[in-house]
Amino acid sequence: MSEHTVPADLSGHMLDLDEDEDLEVFSKSTSLADGSSMPNSPSSMVNQYRLEEDDEEQQNGNTKDIFITVDNPESHVTAIETFIMYRVLTKTTRSEFDSCEYEVHRRYQDFLWLRSKLEENYPTLIIHPLPEKFVMKGMVERFSNDFIETRRKALHRFLNKISEHPILSYNQHFKVFLTAQELAPHRKQSAGFLSRMGETVRAVANSVRGLSSRPEEFTLMQEYLENFSNKICSVNKVTQRVIKEQREYLDELKQYSPTYVQWAGLEGELAEPLKDVASCVERCSKETEEQIQHLSQVLLPILHEYVLCGETLKAVMRRRDNIQAEFEAKNETLASKKADKEAMQVEVDGLADRVEMANNALKGDWSHWQNSMRTDLKSAFISTAEKNVEYYEKCLAVWELFLLSQRVEPRKELDEEDVS
Amino acid sequence: MTLCACVLAHQTHQEEKMSEDGREELVGTDDDSENMAVDGSLNNTMVEEGCTLLGRMEICVAEAEKRSGKNAVNMQETFTVYLIETRPMDAVADGRNPAPDSLWRRYSEFELLRNYLIVTYPYIVVPPLPEKRAEFVWHKLSADNMDPDFVERRRVGLENFLLRVASHPVLSNDKILYHFLTEEQGWKEVVYETGFQAKADSWLRALSATFRVRNPDKRFMEMKQYSDELQSHASQLLRARAKVADRLYGVYKVHGNYGRVFSEWSAIEREMGDGLQSAGHHMDAYAASIDDILEEEEHYADQLKEYLFYAEALRAVCRKHELTQFELEMASQDLISKKQQREELATGIVRTFSFKGMTNKLFGQEAPEQREARLKLLEELIVEGEEAVKEKTVECEEHVERAWVDMQRFKEQKDKDLREALINFAVMQISMCKKGIQVWSNAKECFLKM
Repeated sequence: MSEHTVPADLSGHMLDLDEDEDLEVFSKSTSLADGSSMPNSPSSMVNQYRLEEDDEEQQNGNTKDIFITVDNPESHVTAIETFIMYRVLTKTTRSEFDSCEYEVHRRYQDFLWLRSKLEENYPTLIIHPLPEKFVMKGMVERFSNDFIETRRKALHRFLNKISEHPILSYNQHFKVFLTAQELAPHRKQSAGFLSRMGETVRAVANSVRGLSSRPEEFTLMQEYLENFSNKICSVNKVTQRVIKEQREYLDELKQYSPTYVQWAGLEGELAEPLKDVASCVERCSKETEEQIQHLSQVLLPILHEYVLCGETLKAVMRRRDNIQAEFEAKNETLASKKADKEAMQVEVDGLADRVEMANNALKGDWSHWQNSMRTDLKSAFISTAEKNVEYYEKCLAVWELFLLSQRVEPRKELDEEDVS
Repeated sequence: MTLCACVLAHQTHQEEKMSEDGREELVGTDDDSENMAVDGSLNNTMVEEGCTLLGRMEICVAEAEKRSGKNAVNMQETFTVYLIETRPMDAVADGRNPAPDSLWRRYSEFELLRNYLIVTYPYIVVPPLPEKRAEFVWHKLSADNMDPDFVERRRVGLENFLLRVASHPVLSNDKILYHFLTEEQGWKEVVYETGFQAKADSWLRALSATFRVRNPDKRFMEMKQYSDELQSHASQLLRARAKVADRLYGVYKVHGNYGRVFSEWSAIEREMGDGLQSAGHHMDAYAASIDDILEEEEHYADQLKEYLFYAEALRAVCRKHELTQFELEMASQDLISKKQQREELATGIVRTFSFKGMTNKLFGQEAPEQREARLKLLEELIVEGEEAVKEKTVECEEHVERAWVDMQRFKEQKDKDLREALINFAVMQISMCKKGIQVWSNAKECFLKM
């Protein structure tokens, strides 16, 4: 299919719009699928990529028409390697899908492939990051259950983010990823490598020249990005530190309760309250363990993803800059050219359009991303706060129960004294 | 802090505890409330309240102050003095509010008093002083004796010591104690005049000596065993507690970083800014809350420490028993051997080896006059020895009797106090949990506004 090839010209930066009947907000006059016709005027393009707030609600709310889950990690062993296969289940009512249910199996490499295709096709859209290849900290082994589970959840989130994106969701590669029983043949078809090469070469060439002026809004975006990246990294670090401190606290708690039990062994009357205190401390230890788990499994992964997002966004900004730089370079050349101006003019116009489209794509996706970020982080923080409240509530109940059991006896003693 | 206030402050605490569960605690009537020791336990027998010093006099360690002066070797030193305030109980009961009598004492004087009491009443489990140096310290807690928190806790501990001693059925009647509380000048001289120092030295030597006792009272041996184990387990508990406190401190303080980062982050966000900013404030509050929480828990640790040190006092009583029993056994042994010697002299039958016996064999028997003289001497020694055995027996029996009574009293007091301490611990945990619930609920509200 031609839309999978990405020739080193402007059509490579267009959207795949063969499914455009579903995209009501987009102008239907675009017919770029064959890659040959002239693009419409920039202004109409602008309209295409302006994503209103309403779309967000529509997409996330009642009109969600595709549901994806990633589960069932299974180990596959071949002569050469061992890897994990994940089951990807899709349920959808979309008409462009032949069936309404699909079950396929994918490995991490396949996800990498999908993402790189999406990046190729939409260089200035913000594509959710994948979990990293390796865990640098060395805390978790490659095939430990924790690592696999963490990765599975991240992959699940990744696909759902794609499916919730108004543009990416309708990408052909995405559909293939979800539906094809065998991905290998589709992977071989793409000439992505060549185009990526070309892009890199151009990027290097352009970076030498530098950017004349970046539109203000992108400068602001860049500034925000630097700060955001910074802050989210800090929050991530603080959370890691909290987990570390909690773990050390837990270790000491585990040493603490036995000392009460030991002492109880010596005592008569005092034995019971001492043992009760020991069991209270033990129960609180268990709650602490759960609290740590929640932090590690709910808050930390989200923070980590947004740290990666920071990097993704920086790459997107770089690509946008490159597109602009390329246009400016050609434009300069045109200005200094004496003959054959017409052909070059066409090229330059094309590049100008490309810049416009790239900018609009980014602008539109920017607010989509910000909302998504806000939703994700907000929900993760709320969940953490709720878990902490729950932790303290449970510990409170433990100690109140102890008090209750202790206060019963003085009453009895009092009665006995009166009697005697 | 006025005199009544320190006792009153504790009273309100008791009232609060009552209202918490709505039931009456074992507090007793209003009259008795003034007789409460600082740990809140009612004095042992209501019958004795008239008899103990604390029943007649209100005692309080009101303040602490730094002083400078020249010490024994004429060097400049800084030390802390504590203000002891006393008021006659009837004046307070009448509703009059006379100014208290007061005097300043330093820690070393308390030590002197206690040493005197230990030596003078070796059958009493003498209440311990608060620790001389801070032990079981966790990293943020100061080990400095001049640290205000340490001084404050020591003030409380010294007051507790005085209240315990003054409410003890035996110790409270001691004159030296009375002078300690009422006469600032010349008290030290009076103590030394009692000659307790000499006893103290021999007592110290005895405590650390090893000797074999043939027939110690089994109950005392068990008590000694108990006191050793109590010391060991209490130490372990206190050590573990300190480590837990240290780690908990770390957890809370790290959250302060959230406060800082959220605040910085809120500056670059539009919609999320407010929510983040206010959540950050709650994180700061959370981080700050641990200081008070742990300071309160130190009081719990102090209650445990008191009984750690009490174990030492209990052990000393058992050792005293061993000593008196040993001395009795030595005296009995001596008497037996003297009687044997007399028998040998009288009958001429040598049962045991002696130089005299040998020389007699080698050089011939001694003259009858010499024998008479020796016999007479022996008789005198035997009479003395019998007296000594009688004395020692009485001493031993009295010690056993009196010590056993006090050890029972101690056991009851310990069980009650430590149970109260554990309950206090639970109350503190509950308070900490409630604070945690509040902070995180508030934080959640802020996050909802993001």
